[in-house]
Amino acid sequence: MLLILLAVLILHLIILVLLFVSTIANAWTVGGTKNTDLWYSCLTTKGGYHCSSASNEDWIQAVQALMVLSVLFCLFSLVFFMCQLFTLVKGGRFFFTAVFQILASLFVMCGAIIYTVMRPDGEEDAAFGFAYILAWVSFPLCLVSGLIYIVLRKRE
Amino acid sequence: MLTILALASVILLGIVPQQSEAIVIYTGWERHALVGSDIRLSCSFFSWRWTSDDVTFSWSYRPDGARDAISVFHYTGGAPYVDNKGPFRDRLEFVGNPGRRDGSILLKNLDYGDNGTFTCDAKNPPDIVGRASSVRLLVFEKVPIQAGVITGSIIGAVLGLLLLIVVIYYLMRFLVARRVFNLSVSKHGKKGKGKEGSQQRQ
Repeated sequence: MLLILLAVLILHLIILVLLFVSTIANAWTVGGTKNTDLWYSCLTTKGGYHCSSASNEDWIQAVQALMVLSVLFCLFSLVFFMCQLFTLVKGGRFFFTAVFQILASLFVMCGAIIYTVMRPDGEEDAAFGFAYILAWVSFPLCLVSGLIYIVLRKRE
Repeated sequence: MLTILALASVILLGIVPQQSEAIVIYTGWERHALVGSDIRLSCSFFSWRWTSDDVTFSWSYRPDGARDAISVFHYTGGAPYVDNKGPFRDRLEFVGNPGRRDGSILLKNLDYGDNGTFTCDAKNPPDIVGRASSVRLLVFEKVPIQAGVITGSIIGAVLGLLLLIVVIYYLMRFLVARRVFNLSVSKHGKKGKGKEGSQQRQ
């Protein structure tokens, strides 16, 4: 029992870290000396690192909001997990935790889909960066974690 | 001990500003406006001294891409002097109140050529040491949504909805707890007697 609990907790923490890094790192699109989105558009030249704000378009702001919300909801579900560990009756399920975790995974999914669809193509050597890949990796992990919380029951 | 410390700090604070007074000027950072509209560029200052009669305000304009700035407005000796030869001839108006440390100007009928940096410099003798403050004017055909507005509103809306759901949940729980008495009494057949029944039980 303790082992399962520890494993679930470690998974949750890993997901939180992945979401955080994906949101913060400015590497959703990289290509040569340029890396763009989600927050800045940066160019590395011989003189240094030149950054300007990412475009103001509606879809980028929506992706920003969805990623931030997913990090927040993952954090809330961690807090609720800690709470419910001590306050749940024997045999109860972690519904609150599961709901927030599944919502977090939905937000990541929506954010990643919007970014994939709306990204302007036609730019030479513009490939998806590691932050984008982390977002897609954390979506199924988050969903699985939420489902585990639905199935998990509290004992003793 | 504490009173000595308090007295010492008050005396020190009283002495120090005499030697390092500086006037601090506030303007905006960036202003967005539509072509053809009017815009008010605000300028105010903070100074340890009272507002003197010789207070001066001075606005200068540097177009985007140019290196030199030209002076477009000056207030001195109690009278404003607006631009009558330059790019803002007949388009500039003084709408500030020097007595209240406000040196704002109004630009009318903006055009794309008005993009640039406006610098306000204010002096409040004898408090004259200070750094001028600049505001950038951007003229658009259609004002774009500023960065972060949509982001903030989506996050705020979702968190607000969450809060609302939590509040409604606890409200429902509270109401159902009060109606529990009504429900059990109605089992006996009389729904209208709900409140009386609960009072009897209490």
